Amino acid sequence: MLVLVLLLGAALAAAQELPAPRGLSARDNPNDAGHGILLEWKAAPETDGVVAYEIYRLPWRPAEEGAPWTPAQAPDSAWILTGTVPIPATSYVDMDDEVRLGANYNPGYIPRGGVVHYRIRAMGPGDALSAFTPPVTATAHGDWWHTQRWNVLVIALLLGVLMVYFIRRSKEGAELYIRPIPGLQRIDEAIGRATEMGRPILFVLGTGTAGDVATLAAYTILARVAERTAEYQTKLLVPVNEPVMMVMAQATVKEAYLKAGRPEVYNPDNIFYISAMQFPYVAAVNALMLREKTATNFYMGVFHAESLLLAEAGSVTGSIQISGTDRVPQIPFFVAATDYTLIGEELYAASAYLAQDPKLVGPLKAQDLVKAGILIVAILGVLEATILGSGFISNLIEPH
Amino acid sequence: MKRQVPIFLVFLCGLTMVIQFFVPHDYSDVLFQYANDFVIVIGILALPVGIYSLMKNTVNKAMRDPKERIFSALTILGFLVMIVAGLKREWFASSTSLSSNMFNYVLVPAQATLFSMLAFYIASAAYRAFRARTVLAAVLLVTAFVVMLRLIPLPEPVATWNAEFVRWILEVPNMAAKRAILIGVALGAITYSTKILLGIERAYMGTD
Repeated sequence: MLVLVLLLGAALAAAQELPAPRGLSARDNPNDAGHGILLEWKAAPETDGVVAYEIYRLPWRPAEEGAPWTPAQAPDSAWILTGTVPIPATSYVDMDDEVRLGANYNPGYIPRGGVVHYRIRAMGPGDALSAFTPPVTATAHGDWWHTQRWNVLVIALLLGVLMVYFIRRSKEGAELYIRPIPGLQRIDEAIGRATEMGRPILFVLGTGTAGDVATLAAYTILARVAERTAEYQTKLLVPVNEPVMMVMAQATVKEAYLKAGRPEVYNPDNIFYISAMQFPYVAAVNALMLREKTATNFYMGVFHAESLLLAEAGSVTGSIQISGTDRVPQIPFFVAATDYTLIGEELYAASAYLAQDPKLVGPLKAQDLVKAGILIVAILGVLEATILGSGFISNLIEPH
Repeated sequence: MKRQVPIFLVFLCGLTMVIQFFVPHDYSDVLFQYANDFVIVIGILALPVGIYSLMKNTVNKAMRDPKERIFSALTILGFLVMIVAGLKREWFASSTSLSSNMFNYVLVPAQATLFSMLAFYIASAAYRAFRARTVLAAVLLVTAFVVMLRLIPLPEPVATWNAEFVRWILEVPNMAAKRAILIGVALGAITYSTKILLGIERAYMGTD
């Protein structure tokens, strides 16, 4: 009994000895929509034995539930725990934009322009707790400029200026070199093969949406393929997984047939919707390959787990296959299972490569130049970090 | 006019979204959500076009080829059953409803079966990819062999050496290649998007 009392006394003494955190301040969290508060305090000395901090705030309540709480009138039980952070953290961002009204309102909500009160306390080993700090107050504001995204703006503007410059140069007649891309060079050959064999061509636009850049780039290649199939009068099948994509594909193919002077060959039924679900779509496309015995398969756009399922089925039927995607995890599958693969950016370069239009080639050169710049910065960054050990370049790239 | 208006709309919407990226304010967030809701609305409005296309193709296939009739009938039957099963909210909201049972005990196993075929496809694709016909293919074969060795029990200290070497392969040369592709993709996407915004790239509209 005596031992227990002594232990309890020692624990109480330890709890009383744990000093309250010092230097607590609260301010609007920068670069947010207006529902965040940034709390900062001074690090406790190691000798204090602090292991973590508990962050408390006065809850939000809708107007019909009463006036906002103030530290002077709020009972101790009114304060709510919003988070616990272990040492060595000396800051905490409290963010909650989910407003719920009625009886089931969200007390953790931080209203834009509303005043929020905080206090914190330190936690020691066992159940040791310090006293609370005096309450601090802050108001959350929405920001009109994200200060950590200026680097993106600089690169985008630089790219824009270079694009305009190279488009001008290209229009003035300057010859801008684009390296050969085997996957694009073989398009005509692949279409010719299907024509000779008298078998259809399959064009898969992936399982992305019409809003994906890779899907939009795939339409450029579809337009080219459709133009050739119109000239050769080869059947072109385009199964799609989204109605919007189907309508876009029909418009693209129809325009290509018109351009080729063969509008009568165009059949909208060859561009059809199957399913928005990944595997039913794969099953239908694979069945299409086996039944129609397609001679050439194109896989262009966004692909996920279905990439290999499609490409292997095509390989079994002996089709010549050309693929292109910007999804890095799927690229090895396409490289292994198809004859030619457009890797990442090559898919986007297709329009410039195929059309050789100055307006399209110019931006490609600008992109290459920025890429070279990034490479130089990366090398300089590695050298700087290795030799000097400073983080100047990395801070420049990723501002804090 | 028929082409100018869509290009102008693309420019306007695209520019708004570009500006939105740099403005973290609540109003900007609301605008973003609103634009996303529009995408969903457009998708829903286009759905009848997709259903019509699916039904038309299924019926045409059945009329053209007698061997296809059973599959076409199943497609139409499945489509109608799911529509009827989901006509009322209470019919599909419960976990024991016909709609849920069809989904959980027909569609999900069918999808899992198809997905499981990936294991066999990986094996056959790997067999073709790993044939050492060129120097690069031989390097790929050796690297893959070393990486796969990590998954089998090896005696010490070979296991530790192999684990370290594999970690280096994955974190240094492999990661470098992945990041190089990603940088290219990011720049390519920005350039392509800019071309779309400026109306230079128009193939997706059915015109170039």
